[in-house]
Amino acid sequence: MSIELKNVTKKFGEVTAVNDVSFSVNEGELMALLGPSGGGKTTVLRMIAGLEMPTTGDVFIRGQRVNDLSVQERNIGFVFQNYALFKNMNAFKNIAFGLKIKKWKRPDVEARVMELLKLFDLQGLEKRYPHQLSGGQRQRVAIARALAPKPGVLLLDEPFGAVDAKIRQELREWLVTLHHELNVTTIFVTHDQEEAMEVSNRTVIFSRGNLEQIGTPREVYEQPANEFVARFIGVMNVLELHVRKGVARLNELEFPAHGLPDGERLRIGFRPYSVQISSDVKAYRYRAILRHTYFLGVMLRVELELPSGLLIRARMTKEEYAFQGLADGKDVSFQIRQYRVLAREGEKLAPEVAVTHDVPLTLGEGI
Amino acid sequence: MAEKKFNALPGFGLTMGFTIFYLSAIALIPIAGLFLKTLEISLTDFWRLATTDRALAAYKLTFGASLVAALANALFGTVLAWVLVRYEFPGKRFIDALVDFPFALPTAVAGLTLANLFADNGWLGQWLVPIGIKGAFTPLGVIIALTFVGMPFAVRTLQPVLENLEREVEEAAATLGASRVRTFFSIIAPTLLPTIITGFALAFARAVGEYGSIVFISGNQPFKTEIAPYLIVMRLDEYDYTGAVALAVVLMVISFVMLYVINWLETWSSRFQN
Repeated sequence: MSIELKNVTKKFGEVTAVNDVSFSVNEGELMALLGPSGGGKTTVLRMIAGLEMPTTGDVFIRGQRVNDLSVQERNIGFVFQNYALFKNMNAFKNIAFGLKIKKWKRPDVEARVMELLKLFDLQGLEKRYPHQLSGGQRQRVAIARALAPKPGVLLLDEPFGAVDAKIRQELREWLVTLHHELNVTTIFVTHDQEEAMEVSNRTVIFSRGNLEQIGTPREVYEQPANEFVARFIGVMNVLELHVRKGVARLNELEFPAHGLPDGERLRIGFRPYSVQISSDVKAYRYRAILRHTYFLGVMLRVELELPSGLLIRARMTKEEYAFQGLADGKDVSFQIRQYRVLAREGEKLAPEVAVTHDVPLTLGEGI
Repeated sequence: MAEKKFNALPGFGLTMGFTIFYLSAIALIPIAGLFLKTLEISLTDFWRLATTDRALAAYKLTFGASLVAALANALFGTVLAWVLVRYEFPGKRFIDALVDFPFALPTAVAGLTLANLFADNGWLGQWLVPIGIKGAFTPLGVIIALTFVGMPFAVRTLQPVLENLEREVEEAAATLGASRVRTFFSIIAPTLLPTIITGFALAFARAVGEYGSIVFISGNQPFKTEIAPYLIVMRLDEYDYTGAVALAVVLMVISFVMLYVINWLETWSSRFQN
């Protein structure tokens, strides 16, 4: 076990930034702390680093309780969102700084910095000052600087926040490769769920200071612990229905609600890919007009408008769209293949309900 | 066909023209007049007038005391600015306002006040004189007065730079194992140095030109506590215009050279910035 938090709470005055959070990170893991801004994820990262002290609770690094250890003593590498490079030092000196503090011998310092410059594709730039480097280069210098003294843990705060979309994609892949090569326990903070899904081995999801769920990308996507997670990870259609005579209704849409009393309210959610569309208006139970098509690359997102005006988002592959001969303004029929009943916030979610009758599943499965 | 040069910032011609006119009227023409005045005498006469023993002593005091005062301001002004920016404490606003005090106070009043404070029977003098610290009518008095008038320059130039220091940079140093002291000397101080030098230059320039406060605290004894500007006034009182101008030109040339060197130093220390 590399890092462990036990019942950690952090208060800033009256505000509880982190509320009774416990989780652990395994040796060599690449972990994402995910959540909307103000969720407490950066505070958690800073508490691991020793830049903030927990109000209550304990932090362990490699089995050692580090609450009373200063930042300097924790042997962690920290990469700040704005990189926080030393402006008065060139790239070489920035990377060498931690080694000099730890009193490495001069030839060792040089060898280590050169090794990192090579690893981070920064050769030839060692004499440049931070203002002479591009955003991506600055970030690599910042990571190299954090890694130079061989820390037990690498912590990154919003590492991809400040670069443009294309470089962000490159950096994500590069971070995965780097982690693979160095195998140092890494925790990064992000507010971008796609980024967390793509890069991490496991993800911890925070909202308003609470830990909502922890799991692999697949787990949190397929088995969200609650409505917050379900809605935060990926897109979800959410409907609020009223129960009457064992059936929950919203406009045209009906869902079974056996055993529930009349007048009860029921919330259900379903992913856009669970909506199956046909250009044959008699193929499925519900009718709609295809309002708009959003092109997302391989996948398309379409917006369906029911006769009552209710809007539903669906997702399908380009091939299926073409095969069905779909176009904006076309009449279609659809069905909802899978859905789940949403519990109130904080409660555990019921498993997904599959609609078993009807045509076999075709393209678009599992996206 | 000649293409008209396009500039995204219009008005260069007008503003540059005004700049040259303004600088000429305010600075260049008076300076040129000063130099022209020296042409009325021969070079040997100029040299003789400018390098009398009394004049040399006055230069030494003016530049020596100004340097010491500017150094003191650079050092203690940095501490003052640091405290005012980095910490919260009761009375902070009052102390902040107090920093500007030397700007507003007529320098003659400052000189009189300081002279009275440090006189043998003054509030401070009655305690300091017995232990050998004479603040009035000594070169030390000149340094004290020059420190007083130059202080706001050092503090006010540094404050905005201190306010813009990124907290994360210090945290980054801490995560790499650096102590607070090490962080200050390796990272914060080098970042502040160019601005400290700017404040030093301003305080120094102000001190070289200072007159009002000094004449009251120094006693103006030739060879001992007489500053160069006072000597110039003396020459003018004697209707010795050429003598006054010779001193003024020397004062000006030395000041210019020193400011130029300080400027270069500032550029050198900020080589890592844009």
